Amino acid sequence: MGGLMQVVFDALSLGSLYALGALGIALIFGVMRLVNFAHGDVIAFSVFALLWPSVDAVAIIFAGNLPWFLLIPFTLLVGAGLSVLSEMVVFRRFRHANPATMMIASFALGFVIRYFLLMLFSSRPKSISLLPGLSQPVELLGARIPLLQLITILVTIGVLIGLTAFLRRTRFGLEMRAAAENFTMARMLGVRANRVIMGAFALSGALAAAVALILGSQTGTANIMMGASVMLMAFIATVIGGMGSLAGAVIAGFALGTIATVMQVILPPDARAFRDAFVYGAVILVLILRPQGLLAGRGTKERV
Amino acid sequence: MARPSILRRTIATPLILSALLMAFALVAWFAGSRPFNQTVIDIFLQVVFVVGLYTFVGNSGVISFGHIAFACLGGYVAAWTTIKPMMKGMAMPGLPDWLMQLEIPFWAAALAGGGFAAFWALVFGAVLMRLSGIAASIATFAMLAMVNSIYSNWSSVTAATSSVVGIPIIRTIWPYLIAAILAVFIAWAFSISRYGLALRAARDEPTAAAASGVNITRMRLIAFVISGAIMGAGGALYAHSIGLVTPDTFYLGLTFTTLSMLVVGGIGSLSGAVLGVLILSSLIQGLRWLEAGVQVGTSTIALPGGVQEIALGVVMIAILMFRPAGIMGNSELTGRRARTEKPGQPGTN
Repeated sequence: MGGLMQVVFDALSLGSLYALGALGIALIFGVMRLVNFAHGDVIAFSVFALLWPSVDAVAIIFAGNLPWFLLIPFTLLVGAGLSVLSEMVVFRRFRHANPATMMIASFALGFVIRYFLLMLFSSRPKSISLLPGLSQPVELLGARIPLLQLITILVTIGVLIGLTAFLRRTRFGLEMRAAAENFTMARMLGVRANRVIMGAFALSGALAAAVALILGSQTGTANIMMGASVMLMAFIATVIGGMGSLAGAVIAGFALGTIATVMQVILPPDARAFRDAFVYGAVILVLILRPQGLLAGRGTKERV
Repeated sequence: MARPSILRRTIATPLILSALLMAFALVAWFAGSRPFNQTVIDIFLQVVFVVGLYTFVGNSGVISFGHIAFACLGGYVAAWTTIKPMMKGMAMPGLPDWLMQLEIPFWAAALAGGGFAAFWALVFGAVLMRLSGIAASIATFAMLAMVNSIYSNWSSVTAATSSVVGIPIIRTIWPYLIAAILAVFIAWAFSISRYGLALRAARDEPTAAAASGVNITRMRLIAFVISGAIMGAGGALYAHSIGLVTPDTFYLGLTFTTLSMLVVGGIGSLSGAVLGVLILSSLIQGLRWLEAGVQVGTSTIALPGGVQEIALGVVMIAILMFRPAGIMGNSELTGRRARTEKPGQPGTN
């Protein structure tokens, strides 16, 4: 029983991470059909914003010394700020470009952010202790799990409920959903494009920062490549979930987390190193069976 | 009647591009300095990669982030087949016996690398080519990550993340020049073949092409396999140019450089692919030189590391903003006066 619950919690917390990442990507894709390859680098940037620039192996904690109730909003603001900035400087000029062009531009932007971090911090991973109180284990339903894992799951559930309420109950959320459905029509009906798009970028950046906080406290390291693997899984989740469908992205994120955790348990020890390769393989299989994703988003079908 | 005329109309492009590459080679040969030689070799290899990528992306309009995976496959084929058997036994003890004893010349390794990559391109492509648009692009990214993850962990045949050394280093520029020219001619031949024409028709007007009997999935698969073969051969030669391979040599960094060169030159143009390499390689060399430090009076001024990639990214974004179809647009160097047709954007499918 305890062993099974352990797996369940592992799956949920890994899935939470992927779901938060996927949500950040799906939000932006929904309003402007942009596949944002820079998302992973926004994650890395949010962690490095807590450090003072230096190329030493030991990180000089700067803003990371703030108490948690300041640290968390600070990080979220950094993520949102960088994301909005990238919209204003780069993506605004690509509003009318085709999705492939935007995708390559975001790939390039991600590289610019990553190498900017490399310039300031070098490519060596640094050890940081972020929110150290969270690593102590707690006993729950017969499983001993780190407090952080529990918090990750709870935070994700909170974010999901909050975001749903925001999208369903507020005017801004309504505008955003309208824009995701049919951008031109929404503009004609009085939705202000810039505001909605910047809102989506800000939310997506804050979600990236949330992922950054969880990753940073989980691994205890800051690495300029740290966002890359989460981002890839998040991308896959958005594709499987049906591009642009927020619910689909979240469900697919949890599904990926579950598949990865279950594979970790059932694969023979020799094959465990290849877990991710198996997950990517499984994804390609899903895509053959349902090329439009599990819950196909509206407006993503090819029109004839 | 149509076939000979398209051949005659377009043959100038690969000839001009080959002449351009040969001019580079001659300059390197006359200059005779080792570092410059290496630079020119890098440029030729990059031409192979970018032209390989163009063969698929340019003709099909599907952006691929995964082609460097084929270079990785090819690079390791070179390691498996050309390192001395004794050294192989230490680094990669899991190789089958016949492969362990094998020691073939570098050009055979390049062909084998191309063949191996083409085989896997056929396997992956059979699955991936059923997708289209953005889903296809992300799936190619997953393919890259999958290959990288396998090669980084399968220690008995790839030595995991540590570098595999002992690959014979080929220092003369001629093999690389020949490879680059061959790649250009293969890409050109494919793009004027019936498959290439059908694929470009499907890129620009998928519905009309499908209605005219073009099997889009099959055409894409053919392009994918050919471009995979070029990338594989390029990867094997890359291994021979530096003498070692690691999985991370063939990962995001190389993907980024290759893609940026294609984008800057023009995704839909073979001349653009080659020119993009020549232009951006010069930029990269200039920045590398500055990063190493320049003597100004008594002090050395050096740019911090990373500037090179940042500059590359900025150039790429600027080109996408102001000239999304790249420097060449959709036109080719033909030696005649520029055609008046407008450079359109390549399709999104």
